[in-house]
Amino acid sequence: MLSMELLANALVAGLLLGGFYAAVSLGISVSFGLLDVVNIAHPVFVVLGSYAAYATNRFLGLDPILTGLLFMPAFYGLGVAVYRVYHAGFERTGEESLRGLVFFFGLLFIVEVSLLLAYGVDYRLVEAGYIGESIRLGGIGIALRLLLPCLAGVALTAALHLFLSRTFYGRAIKAVSQDGLALRLMGANPVGVKTIAFGLAVASASLAGALLILIGPVEPSLGREYIGRVFAVVVLGGMGSIGGTLAASAILGVAESLTSTFSGPTWAPAVSFGILLVVLAVRPAGLLGR
Amino acid sequence: MRKTLVPAAVAVGAVLAALLVVRLTGNRYAWFAGYVVLQYIVLATAWNVLGGYTGYVNFGTAAFFATGAYTALVLVLTVRPPLPVMILAGGLTAGLLGLGIGYLTLRLRGVFFSIATLALAVVLQTFVMNWDLVGGAKGVSVIRPRPAVPFTDYAEYLFAVMAVLAAAAVSFAWWVEHSRLGRGLAAIRDNEEAAECMGVPTLRLKLFATTASGFLMGVAGAPFPYYVTLVEPLSVFSLDYAVNSLAMPMIGGTTTWLGPVVGAVLLGTAQQLATVTISSELNLLIVGVVLVGFVLLAPQGVVGLAGRLASRRRR
Repeated sequence: MLSMELLANALVAGLLLGGFYAAVSLGISVSFGLLDVVNIAHPVFVVLGSYAAYATNRFLGLDPILTGLLFMPAFYGLGVAVYRVYHAGFERTGEESLRGLVFFFGLLFIVEVSLLLAYGVDYRLVEAGYIGESIRLGGIGIALRLLLPCLAGVALTAALHLFLSRTFYGRAIKAVSQDGLALRLMGANPVGVKTIAFGLAVASASLAGALLILIGPVEPSLGREYIGRVFAVVVLGGMGSIGGTLAASAILGVAESLTSTFSGPTWAPAVSFGILLVVLAVRPAGLLGR
Repeated sequence: MRKTLVPAAVAVGAVLAALLVVRLTGNRYAWFAGYVVLQYIVLATAWNVLGGYTGYVNFGTAAFFATGAYTALVLVLTVRPPLPVMILAGGLTAGLLGLGIGYLTLRLRGVFFSIATLALAVVLQTFVMNWDLVGGAKGVSVIRPRPAVPFTDYAEYLFAVMAVLAAAAVSFAWWVEHSRLGRGLAAIRDNEEAAECMGVPTLRLKLFATTASGFLMGVAGAPFPYYVTLVEPLSVFSLDYAVNSLAMPMIGGTTTWLGPVVGAVLLGTAQQLATVTISSELNLLIVGVVLVGFVLLAPQGVVGLAGRLASRRRR
């Protein structure tokens, strides 16, 4: 029995979830879509961000979203370090395809197991005054723990879009994705530009992680579920397209929300994979692909 | 012709020696530990047929392994055929899965194949969790049949079966490596565009490699229900399989059939010892660190390092 109220609630929840998925996917959109660095460890950096938010919330009582912002410089540093190693080890020697992927996979594994050793397999959550609250509009309930991550995700997307289109460094990042050699001839250093961009991509994981733990409890292997999601979003949105990422996130969020409402939440992880396979088979360039 | 028999003879000899050693020490744990090491020889060899020879990274070993294991489990729960039939069926379904995923993604850039395999394990796990016949998330336990005639103990029988499978997988890898096929795969790895221009049927060869690799992984998974007797999704879809089957060839060396075997024996044995002596999480952390270290610093693996040492000494 399909009730309109249930459908409307599922749609709204899906759109809210989509805004959050955009926050998680932006980092991959930049690193994979623009820089051609297949950072499959990104979701686990997001989980690392969740644990950073968890630890500061637990011991200092700070607001999770504020913590996510505070940790951004540290994650930027992490990203710069990872990119330096990656560049020296693989990109410079032209071996990025096989060994570079394995490198990121190893990294994913190391971070996940370290979190497991430090915090165990228990689910962790944060505390904040607004987590249990919700607004009611007509028959539709909007939970603040979904609304805030969605707004933060949309804000992050807008900020990234403005940065890429309006600032010197943003344009340089777009340029490096189109033609590194031309950028070098213009007197800019492609490696330096890519280092900054990769650092920013990992920095976004800090905020995304804080949002992740706001939405629900987190355990170390949660990142694996997000690998399918983020790549489905980035491929569906069209590699490197920021607007496409937001649109694709909304589509995935709604599809997952409808699936969990009408066939049970245990089926939700399969949705992203279905989308990924269909897009790869039918339109590999994505929605807004170049 | 005689040359083709060399790796098979070496493998059979090694297996017989292992059997003898375990028999003599009379330690039952050794059968279980030995089985795991042999299973990893099959998985690492299977991964390398695609990853090492062709250069396409498969992160979904657990998915193919689980396809074999759950095919076998369904057979056990329904018609209870003999073990060899289960192994063949497990291999065939996993091979088909490899063919399907390969067909959908291999026409694009190789990285899409890797991403699809990465997500594949999560999706298959979702399906299994929702599948009542195989017990959903709780899992289901199976009763072992009586072992085949010369064996008295089922663990011993499984060990012998896995030893035969390992010998067969390694011989297959040897054959691929030394055939026209293997040269075609190596051409794809070195420069796919150039290979295509020279008339190498790249898509067909890549599909062959994914299918064969998936088949072998399914074969490795098929005896698993009888090995653990309690089959539940978390142990079948464990990330250990993906990490180990990729770390072993990377550490051993990816360009020859010997690399995955060396890697599986070294890493597999070390893990079996480490799980007993230190915690299993720490053990996994060590695998990750060693993997990243090898990928960064010694891309040719142990076999490549040994070869370089030997040639330096000759000079």
